[in-house]
Amino acid sequence: MLLEIRNLHAGIDGREIIKGLNLSVEKGQIHAIMGPNGSGKSTLAKVLAGHPNYEVTEGEILYEGKNLLEMEPDERAREGIFMAFQYPVEIPGVSNSQFLRLAYNEKMKHLGREELDPIEFNELLKEKAKLVQMTSDFLKRSVNEGFSGGEKKRNEILQMAILEPKLAILDETDSGLDIDALRIVAEGVNKLRNSENAIILITHYQRLLNYIQPDFVHILADGKIIKSGTKELAIELEEKGYDWIKANSAHC
Amino acid sequence: MAKGIEILTKREYKYGFVTPIETETIPKGLNEDTIRLISKKKDEPEWMLEFRLKAYRHWLKMKEPKWGNFKYPKIDFQDITYYAAPKSKPKYNSLEEVDPEILRTFEKLGIPLSEQKMLANVAVDAVFDSVSVATTFKEKLKKIGVIFMPISEAIREYPELVRQYLGSVVPINDNFYAALNSAVFSDGSFVYVPKGVRCPMELSTYFRINTQESGQFERTLIIAEEGSYVAYNEGCTAPQFDTNQLHAAVVELIALDNAEIKYSTVQNWYAGDENGVGGIYNFVTKRGACRGKNSKISWTQVETGSAITWKYPSVILQGEGSIGEFYSVALTNHAQIADTGTKMIHIGKNTKSTIVSKGISAGRANNTYRGLVKVLPKAENARNYTQCDSLLIGDKCKANTFPYIEVMNNTAKVEHEATTSRISEEQLFYLQQRGISQEDAVSLIINGFCKEVFRELPMEYAVEAQKLLGLKLEGTVG
Ligand SMILES: Nc1ncnc2c1ncn2[C@@H]1O[C@H](COP(=O)(O)OP(=O)(O)O)[C@@H](O)[C@H]1O
Ligand SMILES: [Mg+2]
Repeated sequence: MLLEIRNLHAGIDGREIIKGLNLSVEKGQIHAIMGPNGSGKSTLAKVLAGHPNYEVTEGEILYEGKNLLEMEPDERAREGIFMAFQYPVEIPGVSNSQFLRLAYNEKMKHLGREELDPIEFNELLKEKAKLVQMTSDFLKRSVNEGFSGGEKKRNEILQMAILEPKLAILDETDSGLDIDALRIVAEGVNKLRNSENAIILITHYQRLLNYIQPDFVHILADGKIIKSGTKELAIELEEKGYDWIKANSAHC
Repeated sequence: MAKGIEILTKREYKYGFVTPIETETIPKGLNEDTIRLISKKKDEPEWMLEFRLKAYRHWLKMKEPKWGNFKYPKIDFQDITYYAAPKSKPKYNSLEEVDPEILRTFEKLGIPLSEQKMLANVAVDAVFDSVSVATTFKEKLKKIGVIFMPISEAIREYPELVRQYLGSVVPINDNFYAALNSAVFSDGSFVYVPKGVRCPMELSTYFRINTQESGQFERTLIIAEEGSYVAYNEGCTAPQFDTNQLHAAVVELIALDNAEIKYSTVQNWYAGDENGVGGIYNFVTKRGACRGKNSKISWTQVETGSAITWKYPSVILQGEGSIGEFYSVALTNHAQIADTGTKMIHIGKNTKSTIVSKGISAGRANNTYRGLVKVLPKAENARNYTQCDSLLIGDKCKANTFPYIEVMNNTAKVEHEATTSRISEEQLFYLQQRGISQEDAVSLIINGFCKEVFRELPMEYAVEAQKLLGLKLEGTVG
């Protein structure tokens, strides 16, 4: 088991947002998490990534059998957890390539592998940038500064491609993308999936799942997974809406 | 409660050691006899002594300035030692005569002076307490006419040059600390670049205060003749004492027609501990005169140390079409204070100035930018662009911006932009989520913030400055 979440309760500023959540993820799987706005999807992602402002009040999270909650956010990242941000952050004055090289080399150091100098890294970067059709002027520009919404999301996937995580959590990477950008991002993700990694795909719409095939779909409402199923569940959800699912899952 | 960004501790100041050597000091206190003694120790000509005494007499009538945006305990000027020098040979003709302890000290500071190890393309003048102990590449530079030597030596060897220019940019009665410096200055560097010569290597002076009770009053004079160019760097450190030491330097730059002087400083004096005990008072007068047509002077400073930094490297833009630049990063942490900025005085036609100031504060520190842009009536078409950015870390520090603008010619264009920002938790989290440690994340954000200034520094200095900022802020967020 790559990730095991047991009875997770978590929140912020004393307010509980995740209220008893269970989820198991194995290598090679894609899990989609869907849910209405405010249901706690981003909170779950940030708790997994270790955002310091979120507090876990109950339950446990095991990652590769280790207690994830004891690890600092940067440690988690170096151990292979990657989160694509719903709202990527701007870092003025720091070039995208400088930032990516630092992140890449931190990971290499952690793995005891060789770090790359700027010239070597540039080659790698150019290669990976093709995956999300990013041009080299993006790599020279400051991290996310002045990027359009779609460019920011592509930049997130580029980072995923560079860092090759074992567990990628994509938080609404599809929202705000036009159809072409969505296709580029989805193709990028599909090329990055393999039998050794897993993806948690947080989304609001079923649309993305036409491009990336999930193995499981979970519906999150009010901090709990109220229904799990396969791809068909997403289609049902799209047709009938969250209220129907909520009403029906209350019986079971 | 969110964990938030809060201030923890700072890493030890790694240059805080004291070199165990015998030092010759003169008794504490200041009077005309002290000045005569200093002048005699330096074997100075009569005019130099007169210069000092005149300055001293002015100083006696002057009052300590109070307009800084901070308070500090009253300095007892009779409780300072005005001359401290390593006791060994009075004059250094070669490195073999320098106390090995001193050579080791500079080596520890990353400034190897011996022939085999010295930096390949940088000439270094090493000043230890009140005296210059070694200058590298002096002979090589002399062959192309560049004079680079301790000012005490220049006073003896090139009296006419020194006499013509010393005090011509910063008059002896310019301000309280400049007058004091003019009276008691000990050593410093002298640079003369003859007509049409592009100095082939960077010149560097490294100042080290070692003695606890001594003040350091260096004096630097740089003259760039017509069409010449020189890049000069200054670095400084001091041991960690729990008392404050005064450092009151004067730097004068003179650029004639089409000459350019690029002056860079990475200031890392001991800053005191996290409670504000100890540290250097860095009260310095730095001024450049663009006397010639199309001459250019640019100041780049990275100020990370000192308990109090109080200085305004300025440019007097006299020559037609002359250019003045000021690029500054001032970092304050804990109880540190910086009140720094620049003055650009536009006198000639078509003069241009650029000011880029980056203030970073953490802890309880107080960081003030104070700048004056003055356009005099004859300065047709003067241009100034000023950009002042402040970055705050935590919520107990302060940043202030005082831009003064005086324009007396309506063809002038003066632009001013200012921003204040904080390192946000979201930025830190974003970088950490990519596997970058919190400390490296802070460094990265700061380096991004300072980019426009760092790219003005010589390569090795830029690298050092980046590391320095990282070290100074280590543990400021948690
Ligand atoms: N920083 C915060 N402070 C207070 N409440 C928050 C914060 N972040 C999220 N919330 C609240 O937590 C709930 C879940 O938010 P979120 O996890 O962002 O939902 P989703 O991503 O599913 O839209 C919402 O009610 C939201 O208002
Ligand atoms: Mg969300």
